[in-house]
Amino acid sequence: MSTETLFRRITDYAARPDPYPLYAELREHGVARQEDGSYLVGTYDEVVQLLHDPRISSDAHSRADVDEELLRAEADGMTPAFIGLDDPEHERLRGIAMRPFGPPHSPGRIDALQDDIARIAQELIDGFDGREEVDLVDDFAYPLPVTVIGRLLGIPSGDMGQLRRWTDIVIASLDFDPGEDPAVKRRRGREAGREMADYLGDLAASRRDHPSDDLLSALVGDPGPEGAFRHEELKSTAALLLIAGHETTVNLITNGALTLMRHPEAAARLRNDPGLMPSAVEELLRYEPPVQLLPQRSPLTDIEVAGVTVPRGAPLILVLAAANRDPLRFPEPDRFDPARRDNQHLGFGSGIHSCFGAPLARVEARIALTALLARIGADAHPVEDPPPYRRSPVLRGPRHLLVRH
Amino acid sequence: MSTERPLPRIDGSVRRVVVVGASLAGLRAAEALRDSGFDGRLTLVGEEAEFPYDRPPLSKQVLLGEAAAHDAGLPAHRPVDAEWRLGVRAAGVDPLHRQVLLADGDRLPYDRLLIATGTRARPWPVPEEAALDGVLTLRTAQDAAGLVARLDAGPRRVLVIGAGFTGSEIASACRERGLGVTVVERGPAPLVGALGGVLGKFAAEVQRAHGVDLRCGVTVTALEGSRGRLVGARLSDGSRVAADIAVVCLGAVRNTEWLDGSGLAAGPRGVACDAGCRAFDMYGIVTDEVFVAGDVARFPHPLFGYQMLSLEHWGNAVAQAEVAAHNMVSPGPRRRPHLTVPAFWSAQFGLNIKSVGVPTYSDRVVIAQGSPEEGRMVAVYGYRGRVTAAVAVNRAKWLEHYLRMIETAAPFPPPPGAADRSGEPVPVPSDVPDPRLLSHGPTVALTGHHPDRHITVVRAE
Repeated sequence: MSTETLFRRITDYAARPDPYPLYAELREHGVARQEDGSYLVGTYDEVVQLLHDPRISSDAHSRADVDEELLRAEADGMTPAFIGLDDPEHERLRGIAMRPFGPPHSPGRIDALQDDIARIAQELIDGFDGREEVDLVDDFAYPLPVTVIGRLLGIPSGDMGQLRRWTDIVIASLDFDPGEDPAVKRRRGREAGREMADYLGDLAASRRDHPSDDLLSALVGDPGPEGAFRHEELKSTAALLLIAGHETTVNLITNGALTLMRHPEAAARLRNDPGLMPSAVEELLRYEPPVQLLPQRSPLTDIEVAGVTVPRGAPLILVLAAANRDPLRFPEPDRFDPARRDNQHLGFGSGIHSCFGAPLARVEARIALTALLARIGADAHPVEDPPPYRRSPVLRGPRHLLVRH
Repeated sequence: MSTERPLPRIDGSVRRVVVVGASLAGLRAAEALRDSGFDGRLTLVGEEAEFPYDRPPLSKQVLLGEAAAHDAGLPAHRPVDAEWRLGVRAAGVDPLHRQVLLADGDRLPYDRLLIATGTRARPWPVPEEAALDGVLTLRTAQDAAGLVARLDAGPRRVLVIGAGFTGSEIASACRERGLGVTVVERGPAPLVGALGGVLGKFAAEVQRAHGVDLRCGVTVTALEGSRGRLVGARLSDGSRVAADIAVVCLGAVRNTEWLDGSGLAAGPRGVACDAGCRAFDMYGIVTDEVFVAGDVARFPHPLFGYQMLSLEHWGNAVAQAEVAAHNMVSPGPRRRPHLTVPAFWSAQFGLNIKSVGVPTYSDRVVIAQGSPEEGRMVAVYGYRGRVTAAVAVNRAKWLEHYLRMIETAAPFPPPPGAADRSGEPVPVPSDVPDPRLLSHGPTVALTGHHPDRHITVVRAE
């Protein structure tokens, strides 16, 4: 098969239930140049190297073909969130956001959520009573992280439905779908993103006068030595935290539940030894990572990757899920082993952009899957396997997971 | 047909292992021994009465009162099922009869011995002055508890003698507590012994900006007491500092005296060993039964010209202990070399400083990312045209990139083009101390032969 169409085949919806054979093909090819001039990398060593290379940019302006829609949006006053910026701007904004979220200044915020998360998980699971069939996405894996991130940020629960509609449009705009005009889709995505950011900006502003103990209040409150956000920065950061704070966790929990049902011996082991769950979550992040690839990188100068020169400004696509199953790095990479050792997976990326919300995602997945295993028996199974998947090849996971238990 | 028999995984004739030194390296070696399948008798000997604990917090969180000195126990990775002989010193080794001699008269027979006795704080050289109330060192949990109590009592001024990492971290904690602090450093700048001139200059500016009374290029000539209590110090430039506490941070002394007469290659620079942690004897012959790990070891490293390295690094102690443990019970061909690239970190004055490689094994340095003005940067060190080290200030996540360069002997200077560096970086001399002179704080000491550094005669004018 030609590498020319490899990325197309990976992003083709038909590949969603099992992209792994295509990832194996990608690893065989080394650095794969695509017909549109982008470069695909899926071997562990090379992906890690690129994630740590200071000459690799995450800024859309570094692309040779800068997206005009982006320039229009910026002319209109929108600023990119830190996920799309390079140091030192990235470091500054991420640092301000980290201050109230995690160590060293706020080591307790995630810990303090644990009881809350456990209670929300239990309430959702109690809803399974009297039903033979449940949809693990709609009834559990989706509402759990949405409720958690909503409470963490301090969003009124009645507004979450509108936020979900915006999120869906933003996520859809990230897709590689040959059937749609990408410019139109991106414009729609940016409009939804803007409305969401405006909403969050207004909400945060209202916390200035009436602070509570939520994250938005902290972000508009006490500035650290790095200074405070400008209002536009606050809006884009809050939108990023909201979207990234649940879109990925939904898939982590759903992929996790599906994997455990497919591996009953592992599920049985975890029921007997819940202490193994943190290690099992790491293995899920390796084996079925919710973020399959990073589509937004480009070199600031010509660089050499595994003997191939990638020119400055070329789109560089790092396929984390392929790297996670590189046999040169992980013994028996296609085996799900909840007790795997030396599991330096790329499920959260690596380097300066490594997942901001990783500590929260870990806690949510651990609590959710532990509670789920305690509720559904060894004979629980998907009604359909594979289940129907969401469209996105980037944020991959089942759209529904009907389970008979 | 017998030649086809596979090599056993571990050497079954090893039944008794003695580990002298019950700190980080000793504990991790014991765990690695059990991990490898060793089920014989295991004894750990420790001079301190405490179970192994973690030292890095002692000069940081503990001094700030965020953690208690005696709470920083090392998490056990697995049960080691060992006999612990704590609170007793090892007094010698009888290599012929394979016995460790203890100060209480006991003798511990061994098939394999691991020396992991580490270092101790170098004391103030004048015993009467060292005995003054208020003159302290910082190495053990007990030391840290003592120093915290003094700082809690609100001294008017703390004198820190020596601005290596420990001295600088103590000065930082004092400033964070709002205490007046004077730092006296023999060299031209703080941290210069470990990081060279460029970062040394930066560190000096940072310390002064934080209100440290920093005196470089001078030494303390005498500590002065009144009625048994420290009251101040006289300096080599003729000045005097009034202080009620002096913390002596003149580096570490390797705990090797107990090996006098053992016939091992042990001395003030540590116990020399091969790449597999096997100790050399005094004739340069490698031993089969005696192994070394941690701060007390001195070993050849291929990435740094097979120079003998002595490292006082947390990560090195762990990695070397694991290799030593593996090799102690493995048949010859299964043994592994200790090739880990050195790495260490420090937290001071709001800075996170992290290093990979050996900065003192360098002739030039370049700021590859950020800048001293921003207070965040990556300095990359090169020796004869290849990358040998990198130090990040508030930029630790980039270090993996440079680690790979060190491992692959990538050309120096590194190619330009980093996102957070505008313009072409210019390499300058690294101004590291002469490797033949041991600095007072050898975070890393190169103690081998350095073929291209010739002795030059300097005539006084």
